[in-house]
Amino acid sequence: MATALAASRRRRRATAITHAILILGVILFALPLWIVLMGSTHDAATIGRGEVPLLPGAHAVENYAAAWTEGAARTTGVPVALMMWNSFVMAVLIAVGKIAISLLSAYAVVFFRFPFRMAAFWAIFITLMLPVEVRIFPTFKVVSDLGMVDTYAGLIVPLVASATATLLFRQFFLTIPDEFVEAAKIDGAGPLRFFWDVVLPLSRTNMAALFVILFVYGWNQYLWPLLVTTSTEVETVVIGIVKMIGSESNTDWNIVMATAVLALLPPVAVVLLMQRWFVKGLTDTEK
Amino acid sequence: MARLRIENVRKSFGATQVLHGIDLSVEDGEMIVIVGASGCGKSTLLRIVAGLEAPTSGAVLIDGRDVTALEPPDRDVAMVFQNYALYPHMSVFENMAYGLRIRRLPKEEIRRRVGETAELLGISSLLDRRPRQLSGGQRQRVAMGRAIVREPKLFLFDEPLSNLDAKLRVQMRAEIRRLQKRLGVTSLFVTHDQTEAMTLGDRLVVMHQGHAAQVATPMEVWSRPADTYVGGFIGSPAMNLLEARLAEGGAAAALKAGPVLRFADGPRPGPAGRPILIGIRPEHVRRDGMAGLELALDLAEPLGSETVLHGRLPGGEALTAKLAGFPQGTSGSIRIALPPEEWHVFDAETGRRLDPL
Repeated sequence: MATALAASRRRRRATAITHAILILGVILFALPLWIVLMGSTHDAATIGRGEVPLLPGAHAVENYAAAWTEGAARTTGVPVALMMWNSFVMAVLIAVGKIAISLLSAYAVVFFRFPFRMAAFWAIFITLMLPVEVRIFPTFKVVSDLGMVDTYAGLIVPLVASATATLLFRQFFLTIPDEFVEAAKIDGAGPLRFFWDVVLPLSRTNMAALFVILFVYGWNQYLWPLLVTTSTEVETVVIGIVKMIGSESNTDWNIVMATAVLALLPPVAVVLLMQRWFVKGLTDTEK
Repeated sequence: MARLRIENVRKSFGATQVLHGIDLSVEDGEMIVIVGASGCGKSTLLRIVAGLEAPTSGAVLIDGRDVTALEPPDRDVAMVFQNYALYPHMSVFENMAYGLRIRRLPKEEIRRRVGETAELLGISSLLDRRPRQLSGGQRQRVAMGRAIVREPKLFLFDEPLSNLDAKLRVQMRAEIRRLQKRLGVTSLFVTHDQTEAMTLGDRLVVMHQGHAAQVATPMEVWSRPADTYVGGFIGSPAMNLLEARLAEGGAAAALKAGPVLRFADGPRPGPAGRPILIGIRPEHVRRDGMAGLELALDLAEPLGSETVLHGRLPGGEALTAKLAGFPQGTSGSIRIALPPEEWHVFDAETGRRLDPL
């Protein structure tokens, strides 16, 4: 009896410690987000006095409305709606473009025998070792010579080819049995038909997972958009936030925080939406 | 429904030649089983007929038309794969209809044909399911259905039963044979299983190292194997091959094990002392109370209705015998007879069958 009680007490203590650690972790991660969220509901003066509000204020609607339509009036004055749209276009086109290009190049490398096939594969593979930062100056030169500075094309095209996604699709395509290819051949399906009718549907879950990763990647791009955009017309929201922060005294912190919250929403939405999709795909495996 | 001719087909992959000139002529509605150990080139031959591989030289003719250079869809053949190759994201109906859709048949026609074929195979209730929701036998039927619905000139089966469990395999084997007879479609069936080969084929092609060792009806392959390979491959347990020399002017064989026995069906050609091999199937070895050869036993495998005995003859050669029931006194040694009327005589050098003069 006594030992059983002691055991249960020990277990309860262990549980308490575990929970304490977990709660501490949650606070560490969530507190900055909470501060941003609360800060976006106060007026400029409160934050200007150096207070860090932990409870909601009364100015939520006006802050968000101001950010959405005007932006930070004292610094950049670009409405967040426009910046969000720019970011969204860039992220979606980068994600879709990367998936489309890597699907096709992986399809070529895996299913076709052509001269220098392995050379092509290694060329793709080697680009993995050259991150954007390394080739940023030549890339900028090319983009500016092509007159694509301050355009969506300039934002997107240099980022749109992806070795990583190509490799992922290649690995997946290698698991498609040869018999599917042969059965399709005998059924009379040409290469494009086979791609469209068999390879694409089988790749759905991979595409959904990659879309999430690539959308967030595109949305969070900083260095490249910073270089290639000078006009506010194509400015992305990540750049926008940085530009809003002028000098210490000259910053509408409440607007900056509202903008930060708004900038968080699309990636979160995409993750949530697509998660349902690819979790369904994973439990629904058809292989 | 068509006739198929394979003319001197050779195939090399790089430096290795896997087919050394295969000739075969298949009549309308015939079921030919290509059988052989793995690596003998049987699948390669099938894939050449399908158009999935191109022969290095030689020709494939369907109904007299040379199709060697044509792509698979232009040959009007259908193939059943070992792992069925059903598209996992399509329903059974879509799987069966896929080939017809590509051929742009009208929707009504597709629905009618798939419906009829499903009826024939007893899978009408499964048309909305996905392949992963089916059992092995059902998948097998769908794979067959996909071939049948096309109404091709030629069925090609690439070891379609090897992924099924033993019981289902026997059942599907009979079903395939019944269907093939009913539809009367010319078929090639590749397998490594001699039971499948014997029961399914109108004729067998026994392949060995890229050659067709024998092309004949199952019973002929069994009763008159063309060489030692075919003799050893068809039949279970495998045929015994005993060393011997020609004696008495070709009328008898002097076995290495001792006795000189006269051929039952007439003398063989060749000088005295010509090395030959005497083939005798285990089930033809008889027990012989007194006079026979001594067989020193080292293993007895009782199978219920019969017993397989492994032992050695006086000359040291291994011999397998299959005797009815479970004979008493099967330890130590027994005396056996090798009745000459059941012999298969082969040339020891070439391995080819030696028929009487």
